Amino acid sequence: MFDVEVIRKDFPILSRHVHGVPLVYLDSANTSQKPQAVLDTLNDYYVNHNANVARAVHTLGSEATLLFEQARDKVAAFINAPRREEVVFTKNSSEALNLVAYSLSNASTTPGAERFRVGPGDNIVVTEMEHHSNLVPWQLLAQRTGAEFRYIPIDEQGRLVDSAIDERVDEHTKVLAFVHQSNALGTVNDVARLVGRAKAVGALTVIDASQSAPHRPLDVQALGADFVAFTGHKLYGPTGVGVLWGRYELLAAMPPFLGGGEMIETVDMSGTTFAAPPHRFEAGTPMIAEAIGLGAAIDYLTAIGMDNVQAHEAELTTYALQELMKVPDLKIIGPESPLDRGATISFTIKGIHPHDVSQLLDEFGIAVRAGHHCARPVCVRYGIAATTRASFGIYTTTAEIDALVAGVIKVQEMFG
Amino acid sequence: MSVTDSMYQQIILDHYKHPNNRGELSQFDAEVHHVNPTCGDEVTLRVRLADGEIAELGWVGEGCSISQASTSVMSDLVVGSSVSDALELQEKFLQLMQSQGHPDLSEEEIDALDDAIAFEGVSQYPARVKCALLGWMAMKSAVAEATASAESRSASTQAGE
Ligand SMILES: Cc1ncc(COP(=O)(O)O)c(C=O)c1O
Repeated sequence: MFDVEVIRKDFPILSRHVHGVPLVYLDSANTSQKPQAVLDTLNDYYVNHNANVARAVHTLGSEATLLFEQARDKVAAFINAPRREEVVFTKNSSEALNLVAYSLSNASTTPGAERFRVGPGDNIVVTEMEHHSNLVPWQLLAQRTGAEFRYIPIDEQGRLVDSAIDERVDEHTKVLAFVHQSNALGTVNDVARLVGRAKAVGALTVIDASQSAPHRPLDVQALGADFVAFTGHKLYGPTGVGVLWGRYELLAAMPPFLGGGEMIETVDMSGTTFAAPPHRFEAGTPMIAEAIGLGAAIDYLTAIGMDNVQAHEAELTTYALQELMKVPDLKIIGPESPLDRGATISFTIKGIHPHDVSQLLDEFGIAVRAGHHCARPVCVRYGIAATTRASFGIYTTTAEIDALVAGVIKVQEMFG
Repeated sequence: MSVTDSMYQQIILDHYKHPNNRGELSQFDAEVHHVNPTCGDEVTLRVRLADGEIAELGWVGEGCSISQASTSVMSDLVVGSSVSDALELQEKFLQLMQSQGHPDLSEEEIDALDDAIAFEGVSQYPARVKCALLGWMAMKSAVAEATASAESRSASTQAGE
């Protein structure tokens, strides 16, 4: 049974007060709070097991390595990866996405990596709703290689313009990179449609699952893409760890991104051969404690059940949309229907700047985000400087949504 | 939280709703345009100097309430004052904004800052300090430009004599 009040007790920070009132944390899309189980795991690791991984033969080294690799198993199971070696630990989503982009870039000069090359005459496609992390690396790759950079536009309701998909993704498309759930709009994209089109033209597909992994069951086999990236700190885990999942066959053929310890097979002054995935892409001492902490977060979520998480948040989203849309002069930026949409709601209020809205809400104890949410093209598309964004998680209650709505009305009164 | 602790003092809200000296001067010595990328705030400000005083100041802009109200308060304080007093006040306001909520100002300085003291609460929020400073920085550069152009004008008239 999913009981939000029981869940809230697992998150010590939720009992905090700010400005003398209880905290209402509605910024989980920015980063989530961490359950006690994750904090305990981090502490236990440093208190009892700390050592470097894959290098030491002593007891602590073996324990640390085992815990770290067990975390990889947990991630693999969580996303239904066919093989554990397909799970590469990175520092966050941004690094995971850059890893793919730079590996493709390095393919230009790596013998045997011809199939990954991108160059003049090719194109790389993203969408207009991308987070900068899944936009800038591809823009840079296009600039470095002479490929064309394209995007699929969004409509008034914050959905991809379907007719543009077949037009922008064509037989010269080498990469289609898109966000699963938009952090700025809440839109959940039609993965089957996008991956289907990319497959039909032979393009590689990269899914930014930063905002979907925490909120719905994620099955990389069902998604059907070649690469999927997400970040630990939004998944109730620590900062400093993210995941790149990639098809083994691709990872095994791709050139490395960063060079260093742990990623080699043998090193000679005349050249180096590289370890098999995932270690090929994990140069240097990894984020050991953080990966183990992410494993604990995954255990925590798995015990609750991602289906239950999704159902809880669908209820919150439906309720929040309904209540927010009753507020006069409030405009939802993104889909107004709860269908194919996540628990992240951006809005503007006529005559009041989003930074004033969020600053005042903070004074009432309500934490929301204001700005362009690292997806500036979205704001440009709608001709606005910024939005206010409320985002929910497993611990969010309808009472908190009521507090948000009451807070917004109070802000309007002060500025009225 | 109590109203007195709020960053949004009534003075700020009043100036935001009813800004002073808003408008474009037709006669001016300098015009500057400043933006604050954090909130996308913008201010375009014109000044006219006469006898070492800020004779007129007009501004137009858009953005968050802190930036717009602060520009309005600033304009009230500096119009009619000498350039040197205005710049001195700008320095004091900058100090206030950099104080992180712990200003070290004398009674006299507090008096001089007048309504601008209402922005004290902003200094605890580094992300918003730029908003409060926008109009003040614009005034400072407009006055510097106007002074420089007045000097070069008088230099060229002297050279012509
Ligand atoms: C959709 C999306 N992609 C990528 C990122 C980047 O995540 P990180 O900053 O952890 O790399 C975020 C979050 O900031 C996001 O919301």
